[in-house]
Amino acid sequence: MKKSVFLGALTMAGLAAGAAMAQDSSTLAAVKERGMLKCGVNPGTPGFAAPDANGKFVGFDVDVCRAVAAAVLGDSEAVEYTPLTSAVRFTALASGEVDMLARNTTWTFSRDVDLKNTFVGVNYYDGQGFMVPKDLGVSSAKELSGATVCIETGTTTELNLADYFRVNNMDYEPVPVESFTEAQTQFLAGACDVYTTDASALAASRASFEDPDAYVVLPEIISKEPLGPLVRHGDDAWGDIVRWSLNAMIAAEEYGVTSANAAEMANGTDNPEINRLLGVSGELGAMLGLENDWALNILTQVGNYGESFEKNIGENTPVALARGLNAQWTEGGLIYSPPFR
Amino acid sequence: MSDTTNSLSYVRKEMLDQQPAPRSQVGASRWIRENLFNGWFNSILTLISIFVIYKVLAGSLPWLFGGVWDATSLEECRAILNERFGNTHYACWAVITERWNQLIYGFYPDTEYWRANLAFVLMLVALAPVLFDAVPRKLLWLTIAFPFILVWLVWGGTIWGPLSVAVGFALAGLAFKLTDALDSMAVSAISAVIVAFLWWLVIGPIIVGGLDSALPVGHLQEVESRELGGFMICVIIGISGIAFSLPLGIVLALGRKSDLFIVKTICVGFIEFIRGVPLITLLFTASLLLNYFLPPGTTFDLTLRVIIMVTFFSSAYMAEVIRGGLAALPKGQYEAADALGLDYWKAQRLIIMPQALKISIPGIVNTFIGLFKDTTLVMFIGIYDMLGLSNAIRANAAWNGVYWELFIFIGLVFWICCFAMSRYSQWLERKLRTDHR
Amino acid sequence: MTTAPDPQQDGFRLSQLIYDTRYRSITIQVIALIAFMAIAAFLVRNTIINLSNLGKDIDFGFLFNRAAYDINQQLIPYSSDSTHLRATIVGLLNTLLVAILGCILATIIGVIAGVLRLSKNWLTARIMTFYVESFRNIPVLLWILAFMAVLSEALPTPRAFRGENPEASMWLFDSIAVTNRGTYIPAPVWGSGSAFVVITFLLSILAIWAFGKYAMRRFESTGQMLPTFWIKLAIFFVPSLIVFFLLGRPIGLSMPELKGFNFGGGLHMRNSMLALWLALSFYTGAFIAEIVRSGILAISRGQTEAAFALGLRPSRTMNLVILPQAMRVIIPPLISQYLNLTKNSSLALAVGYMDLRSTLGGTTLNTTGRELESMLLMMAIYLVVSLLISTGMNVYNKSVKLKER
Repeated sequence: MKKSVFLGALTMAGLAAGAAMAQDSSTLAAVKERGMLKCGVNPGTPGFAAPDANGKFVGFDVDVCRAVAAAVLGDSEAVEYTPLTSAVRFTALASGEVDMLARNTTWTFSRDVDLKNTFVGVNYYDGQGFMVPKDLGVSSAKELSGATVCIETGTTTELNLADYFRVNNMDYEPVPVESFTEAQTQFLAGACDVYTTDASALAASRASFEDPDAYVVLPEIISKEPLGPLVRHGDDAWGDIVRWSLNAMIAAEEYGVTSANAAEMANGTDNPEINRLLGVSGELGAMLGLENDWALNILTQVGNYGESFEKNIGENTPVALARGLNAQWTEGGLIYSPPFR
Repeated sequence: MSDTTNSLSYVRKEMLDQQPAPRSQVGASRWIRENLFNGWFNSILTLISIFVIYKVLAGSLPWLFGGVWDATSLEECRAILNERFGNTHYACWAVITERWNQLIYGFYPDTEYWRANLAFVLMLVALAPVLFDAVPRKLLWLTIAFPFILVWLVWGGTIWGPLSVAVGFALAGLAFKLTDALDSMAVSAISAVIVAFLWWLVIGPIIVGGLDSALPVGHLQEVESRELGGFMICVIIGISGIAFSLPLGIVLALGRKSDLFIVKTICVGFIEFIRGVPLITLLFTASLLLNYFLPPGTTFDLTLRVIIMVTFFSSAYMAEVIRGGLAALPKGQYEAADALGLDYWKAQRLIIMPQALKISIPGIVNTFIGLFKDTTLVMFIGIYDMLGLSNAIRANAAWNGVYWELFIFIGLVFWICCFAMSRYSQWLERKLRTDHR
Repeated sequence: MTTAPDPQQDGFRLSQLIYDTRYRSITIQVIALIAFMAIAAFLVRNTIINLSNLGKDIDFGFLFNRAAYDINQQLIPYSSDSTHLRATIVGLLNTLLVAILGCILATIIGVIAGVLRLSKNWLTARIMTFYVESFRNIPVLLWILAFMAVLSEALPTPRAFRGENPEASMWLFDSIAVTNRGTYIPAPVWGSGSAFVVITFLLSILAIWAFGKYAMRRFESTGQMLPTFWIKLAIFFVPSLIVFFLLGRPIGLSMPELKGFNFGGGLHMRNSMLALWLALSFYTGAFIAEIVRSGILAISRGQTEAAFALGLRPSRTMNLVILPQAMRVIIPPLISQYLNLTKNSSLALAVGYMDLRSTLGGTTLNTTGRELESMLLMMAIYLVVSLLISTGMNVYNKSVKLKER
């Protein structure tokens, strides 16, 4: 009995030792005190977030986390990544396990309102598409009646798919799969005729196939999938920081501030907006509760939106995505930052 | 026939040289006949078996042994195979050689692998005195110290944190001994718990904080739980699950056998609930719901949450195993303890438990094997165990499409561990069997 | 326990609560109850606070909302317009389906492997040992993934059946199509009047049972044995066939045939189900094999020898002497294997089989964000299923238990 009391107590000790106080009323204060940003990311989507051979997370979504860490802590590496499956992501955010999510999450009404999240912006405009083998001879999603469709279970894509086929009076056979990789493998093995998910992911997986030309992405985009970072309801100051960290990356691209020339421009330029962004003039940083060089840190350590895009998912990467909708508004895209003033 | 001369007799006078047995009755041919071809049914079975073995080996051996061990991507591997054989029906073991470290250590910092290795070796040494009688008893001290060493080695930091937890136990023990004179188990236990918690929650952290900054003895690089993975996380979860669940299981088993109605009901309810739901729902509870059940603002490590849930899970099974051990004890043992005038706890501690636990060891080992295999389920909640890593490796464009090599490697690792353990439990069963068969 | 005469009762002292064995048990129970309730209250309170912090409540109303997702394998009609509750039931039925099929197949595999492991044929015994040891010592999740990989990688796609000279062809007179999307087998089509055939069939099964009873009684009273097997076989087939043809063959078969992207018609057994079913059966079968083997070994040889001495034939020895006794050893561990199989079926997630875990605990949970309610409901359902199985099997166990008189 003595021993059992001891070991029982050890469990309690572990509990007590592991229990860390978190979720201060202010996330910003908690992050600063910890010296670490806790960021929830996707466990593995090539280009957006995936561990490399050293276990370090890299990707387009990961860069948003790094930007926030650079802005708040001055060090883009001060991030603790928590890989979250789609099932646990909102709970993890709500419970304070992570400070923010940058995990290709679609901004929807119910997620924003009912699930008590605050979406702070969109870092990638996506839409759900279909990919089929070329020799299936299909050129439109409308011809897919009776097809077998591979779909990641538990995502909005599953609901879109059901709606699309029902509205168009077509029937289909869903093959639910658990993960992105599983879906790819099933599709390649021919266990399904069609693979549907966000168009960006379709392009990414098509690019990684042995013979990409044997597969086509159908022209139909059946849904809007604005993907963006989000934070908990109720901490607006923190939401502002994440929102404007993202906007700083976007605005920097618009004004031509890059990781290479940001330090130089921080000496002052003749564009007042750049000056305000880089903290040369104005007190934008202080208004956020940050240092005035917050955006400079983002740009020197992470780079602007375009740089991050090119580095992780751009046309020279295996993912090979075109800018498309995600070009700057000046170039016909939807990427648009409110003014820094 | 009476006129036989001396040369004639009914029996030989000298022994004949021993003849070799007929060919069909010795050696391989006899063995084959007796074991493989006695009767038409057996012959058919043999032929079918040979056919199956031939098919399996012919299909797998070239694949297994023709494999490529040195490549950096599946493409390169296939190119090598095409060059060598003209087709790609061979294994790409290169994925194992390239990702070997990841499969074993997860994302553990590679400069710190020695710590994991050392912890593993120490674990084996610490387990030895528990598993084998012949090992010097003095090693049990290492067994007691091992949990703290493990925490220090794997998670890093200074030695003061784990040491402080250990000191808490020592103080609790001291309090228990001091109050022993009062001759009441309840009082002793309660005072021990109070002393320990006073230390852990109030005094300990202050002292540890001071010592950490003033005297950082044995400071190792801190490692986050999420950097643990692969085989390592399976071993850590498995070992801690079984270590914590043993005492809990004993308490539950005693509670279930208790005469006290309420205690019994609670224990039975707990055991039946845990045994009635799949482990995966408990793991999802750990990752999804535990935050709801804890005071607002507490968050702690996912690995720790998983260990807690796994502990609950295996403690219910452990309780059933120990209950079996208790039931197998002859009633005379209980009566003898009563006759000696021992109270309940003394009887349990000195007479019942030592014997019941000994009988239960094979069952405990089997529970452990099951638990160890079940640690693969953590892949569903985003912990990179070996199976989770195999998915992550496949998510990498370089290794997209590698299946069997990874499955076989993972399967082999598990097989070796579990087979060794089940052999051990069989050996122990034979050793503990006291009846004469 | 001594039965000393009652001590002088001079009032109740507080210390008696600890030192007097009569009261101590009450003290302990009260403490345990208070502790239990305190923990429960603590958890419930935390949950309430946490939920209100998040602005959520506990509400099972979501079960009656539109589910909006599709499920491929449905034993009862279901569409994306159905409610989450119906999706839950569909998932539960799928869980039960694979659990029942799994238990049956696992028992068959386990008994064969267990008996063959004791076979005098050295080679067969070794193969079975290899099977048992390899399946028992490797995680079931790995087996499920491996079976799925075999099915989807090694089998031909439906497209391979197309064309003049198809790469793959159907089995058994074009009635079974084995593809990497699943296996298509002929399915019965119920025409008008088929109910009579089914009723006849059920009646003949009843008749077989009654006949067995009758034959047994007759054997026990007169010692005459009837050729039960052949008569039972006749009862099984003949009446149903007569009714079937008399009514003009009301039950037809729908054959699988290639149309559009896939095979149509027939019964589609999806690969996700097959992989899960086979993996669970082979995995559990390995454990059952060990149970069967030790059950048979537990019967001492003297029983066989005694039966032979009584003049029983080997088959009757097995049926009447060995098996009934071995069953008593086999049943209890077998129950827990059935329970394990049912619980392991929740790993369906890994291969995308839409069981309870994937519907209620997967898509429903994800799309509604009601994790607390979904998880609680799911655990409750699993608990009820487990308890039902163990109760049912325990009743059976009682009936075969050695009755000591």
